[in-house]
Formats: sequence, structure tokens, C-alpha cells
Amino acid sequence: MATLAHKPFRVLPGFRLTLGYTLLYLSLLVLIPLSAVFIKTASGGWEHFWNSISSPRVLASFGLSFGASLAAAAINSVFGLLLAWSLVRYRFPGRKLVDSLVDLPFALPTAVAGIALTAIYAPKGWIGSLAASHDIRIAFTPWGVLIALIFIGLPFVVRTVQPVLEDLEVELEEAAASLGAARWQIFRHVIFPTLLPALLTGFALAFARAVGEYGSVIFIAGNIPLVSEIAPLMIVTKLEQFDYAGATSIAAVMLVVSFVLLLIINSLQAWSARRIGRSA
Amino acid sequence: MSIEVHHIRKQFGSFTALDDVSLDFPSGELVALLGPSGCGKTTLLRIIAGLEQADSGRVILEGSDASATHVRERQVGFVFQHYALFRHMSVFDNVAFGLRVKPRAERPSEDAIRRKVTDLLKLVQLDWLADRFPSQLSGGQRQRIALARALAVEPRVLLLDEPFGALDAKVRKELRRWLRKLHDELHITSIFVTHDQEEALEVADRVVVMNRGQVEQIGSPEAVWHAPATPFVYSFLGSVNRFHGHADAGALQIDAQRIAHDADEPLAAGAEVIAFARPHELDIDTDLSVLEGLRARVTRIQAFGLTARIELERNDLEDTVHHHEVELPLDRLVALQLSVGREVRLTPSRLKVFAEPAANLAA
Repeated sequence: MATLAHKPFRVLPGFRLTLGYTLLYLSLLVLIPLSAVFIKTASGGWEHFWNSISSPRVLASFGLSFGASLAAAAINSVFGLLLAWSLVRYRFPGRKLVDSLVDLPFALPTAVAGIALTAIYAPKGWIGSLAASHDIRIAFTPWGVLIALIFIGLPFVVRTVQPVLEDLEVELEEAAASLGAARWQIFRHVIFPTLLPALLTGFALAFARAVGEYGSVIFIAGNIPLVSEIAPLMIVTKLEQFDYAGATSIAAVMLVVSFVLLLIINSLQAWSARRIGRSA
Repeated sequence: MSIEVHHIRKQFGSFTALDDVSLDFPSGELVALLGPSGCGKTTLLRIIAGLEQADSGRVILEGSDASATHVRERQVGFVFQHYALFRHMSVFDNVAFGLRVKPRAERPSEDAIRRKVTDLLKLVQLDWLADRFPSQLSGGQRQRIALARALAVEPRVLLLDEPFGALDAKVRKELRRWLRKLHDELHITSIFVTHDQEEALEVADRVVVMNRGQVEQIGSPEAVWHAPATPFVYSFLGSVNRFHGHADAGALQIDAQRIAHDADEPLAAGAEVIAFARPHELDIDTDLSVLEGLRARVTRIQAFGLTARIELERNDLEDTVHHHEVELPLDRLVALQLSVGREVRLTPSRLKVFAEPAANLAA
């Protein structure tokens, strides 16, 4: 009795074991390798770190990587929502096929995606030549980077929003309609707030994936210094010059910025989920 | 406001949900649509609300044809079985929803909305919950909020779809008394759908009994209970003893036995008939020398409560077993000195006889 009194009672056994396992697993796979990034960075000294991350080329690559990733995630949120909506709400021939096509960017080796996109959007490709006739260049510009990032981030929003949309009770919309709400008001005040947490999760996943993306981007980007170089490419460039401390400096900055951004998105997500009473 | 429906038909694939239904709901009444699941009652309610389109027929609200009016403009309050509250909104915002989505020109000021919502929350006795979220409320509280939300837009009619269906027995009882009281205060024309006969009879001014997409009977709770118009209504409301037999000059011939009945209209001799008697309308006689009545055997006696319940079995000529139930005053039970296994005669004090059309044989 004495021991039970100050030990909180739990129905499920193995709390210590599972927590210990979780921590060990995370440490081995995530924390230790990541801390190595910071240790390696520190070995180069403060001045080398600053010089590595403040050169114009690197700064431009940060701008492109984070800017294009945020833009791609935002675009995927809008069109991913549309796609999920059509897949859930309408029955049309080939729906199953479209549904499985959505996952293709997950499965495709990124280099294949990169080559395919480049072939189409290059000035001599199908779409690229059309655009070129209007004096628009897509491949080998930041637009190309954006397109590649949209491509690889597409499944995230669709797959996070889809189940929530499927569970959405039709009665909620009927109730809103019987109270006099117009279609757009029903979407704005009833459907959208319910989808928002899932949408933010999808946004965060698509963003995280886009920031770290390498394979599909480097082909279509053309890697022109100051214009279409992404941050992961800068890391590879430094590595090829055997500047390990310089490479990890860029990596450390990416890590911290990504972590902060994801933390913000996740707290937004938790906040909106609380509002719809999920965890209340 | 009055509601009329004329010749409503609704088909779901090959299933006929409503088959030429015409009804008239007078202003200010609380009417129950009662029937087993799949009888079309919910479909009829949803057609009146405009949530569903009838294949043919018309819905007349206050004398004007509303068949083509969108649910948004019909000004009906609809209450769902599973509440359909907006989870991401507080109780207050839920109730205020209908007022806030009004076009700018008709929308009341935020002050007026606040007053109105507070009044409604007081009306449903939940003003202390205004800042809570639906997930923090009990089922009964949620349904009262759903009702307040529906009333906020001052609907012309109130439609409730199995409003107490998802609640436990005690809360159900409380809420239906409360709904009756609320209706007596507001006098808004209301229709509610239920499969629970007790609920319908207790709450409604009038009961519409439905079966297989058709209306079986319309009447006051007393009328449908005491004078069921069809065999279906008889067997649907309360427990009842059912006898199949042939008409024979003022009596019912079952196999070789006869019981007297009081048919309203003469039945053709030898016609197949079906007869009903409620448990309290049957008496038991232990004198087996008399021929009148049906032979049966006592299988169970429950002698608690105000009356005793006696279950009996009767074999017909084809050896099919029929189960019967009799309710007797306790002193009568004592006087009869019944015991399980005893052979007795059943004699109805009242027997309602219907000619048996082919369709009812299947029922």
C-alpha cells in the first residue's frame, strides 16, 4: 500500500520501458547525428561559421530554399485541399486511379522526378517550349525549383486532409444551411475550421519535405549561382571542396530555422485542434 | 404556421420511401410522426425541411408552395438526432450562428445578437454554459443547445428528427416533458419523428402513424391507442394478442373454437379475419366445461406491480404454437388459483376484428 500511495496508478504497464525505448531510439537515430552537425560546426570556429553562412551565394540559397518551400507548401495546401475535396465528395470514373496517382510523388525516386520535370519544362520540352514562345522560362530559374517542390509535396496535404473530410458529418452542413447560411459561409465557418488542423499538418509536412529536397530540384534548377542554387546544393558543394565545417555550418542554420518554423506551425496546429475540441 | 404536404412520392433506387403521402399539419400543433425504421418518416421530415427533394408532390408552407424553395430560405428550424453542433464554436457562437450569417442588411447588431442568444440560453436553462464547447456538454445539454440554435432564427416551423434518440432513458423522459412545456410556451408548429410509441403518445397533440411509406392513422394519442384503425397500428402500439380465424355470425371461428366479437361492420361469413385484443382485454376462465373461448396453457405468471401478467401458449390444429399475454387484477389472479401448466379458456372482453387482406398476411 505504501508504495502504491505515491506511485501514480496506470492501467497500461511498461511506461518506463516504452519511454526509455523511445528516448534511446530518438537519441541514436535523430539526436546524436544532429548534434554531430553542431559539434563539427563548432570545430571550424566562430569566424569560419560566420563566413560560411554570410557569403552572398549561401544567403541567396537560404532565401530560395525557405522561400520556395513555403510557397510550394502554401500552393499545395490550396490545391491539395481541392484535390482531396473532389476525391471525397464526388464519384467520377477513374476516381480510384486518381487517388493512387496522388501517392506517386512519394514512391518515385527523386532523381527520376527531377529528370522527368526537366524534360517537360526545359525550353525544348513540351510545356517549356510553349512557355518559351511567350518569353517565359521555367526550367533553370527559381520557378523550376518551385515546380519541383510542389510536385514532391503534393501527397502530404491530400493525405492529411482526406480522412478528416471523409469523417465530416453531412449533418453539419445541413444544419448550417437550415440556419440560413449560404454555400460559401458554410465552407468558411463550418467546413474550413474543421479542416484547418489537418491542413496545417499537411502544410508542415510538405514544407519539411521541400526544405530537405535535393534530388528532384538540382536537375530542373540549373544551379545558377545567386539565382537558382538551393541550400542543400551549397552543402554538397562545400563537401566536394572538403570544407566539412563550412558544410555543417549551413546545415546547422537550416536545422535551426526549420525547427523553429515547424515548431510555430505545430503550435498553430495544436491551437486550432484544441479549438475544435479534439484534445479538450 | 400550417404545413401541408400533397401527394409526396420519394423513391431511393427500387425502394419506395414515401408512396403518395398527403398530410395536413395545423398551425401551433406538436405532431409526432411515428413508425418503425424505414417507414419513411425521416424522409418526409427532410422533404418538409427542404433537405431532400420529393420525386413528385408539393410542400405547402402557410398556404404558399415551398417545393422549390431552398432549405436556406424555408425558415425551418431543424434539430438532428446527433445534435450536429459546430465543434469549433462555443455554445454561444453556435446559437448565434444563424443570426451572424444573415445578409448584412438583415443582420442584427452584435448587441442585439448577444441579448437574443442570452435569452434563448435562458429559455433552454443553459445560460451558464455559454462559453463552453460542445464536447464539454452532456448529450441532453447538447440537444437543448441544438434546439436553441434552431430557434434563434425564429423559424416558422420546428422539425425534430429523433431528437431524443441518442440519449439514455432517464434524460429522454426529462427532455420530452421539457419539450412539451417549451411547446406550450412558444406554440410554434412542430413535427417530430420518433420510433418510440411512448414518446409519441406522451408528447404530441396528434400522432401520425406511418408504415412502408404510407400513413396508417392520424389522430390524438388517445384515439390511436384506443381505436387503432388498422392491424398495423394495433400491433405497433403496445403489446397485443393477435388471432387469425374466420368470421362466423358475430363470432370468430378459430379451428373448432369460437370467441365472440363486436365488429363494426358485418363481415362475410367464412372470410379470413385477423383479430386483436390487448392483454387487459382478455380474461381467463378455469371452467373447461363451457365451449366459448380459446383453450390455452399457462406458461408463466408474474405477480408484481398493480396487475399480474400471465403468459400462455395455445396450439392450433397445425400444431403451431401461439403466445398470448393476459393482464389481470391481482385479486382476480388469487381467485382463479392459477398455476403454471394449467389448462384454461381465454375469453376476450373486447375483440377488434379486421378483414384480412392479402397484403397484411405478410406483415
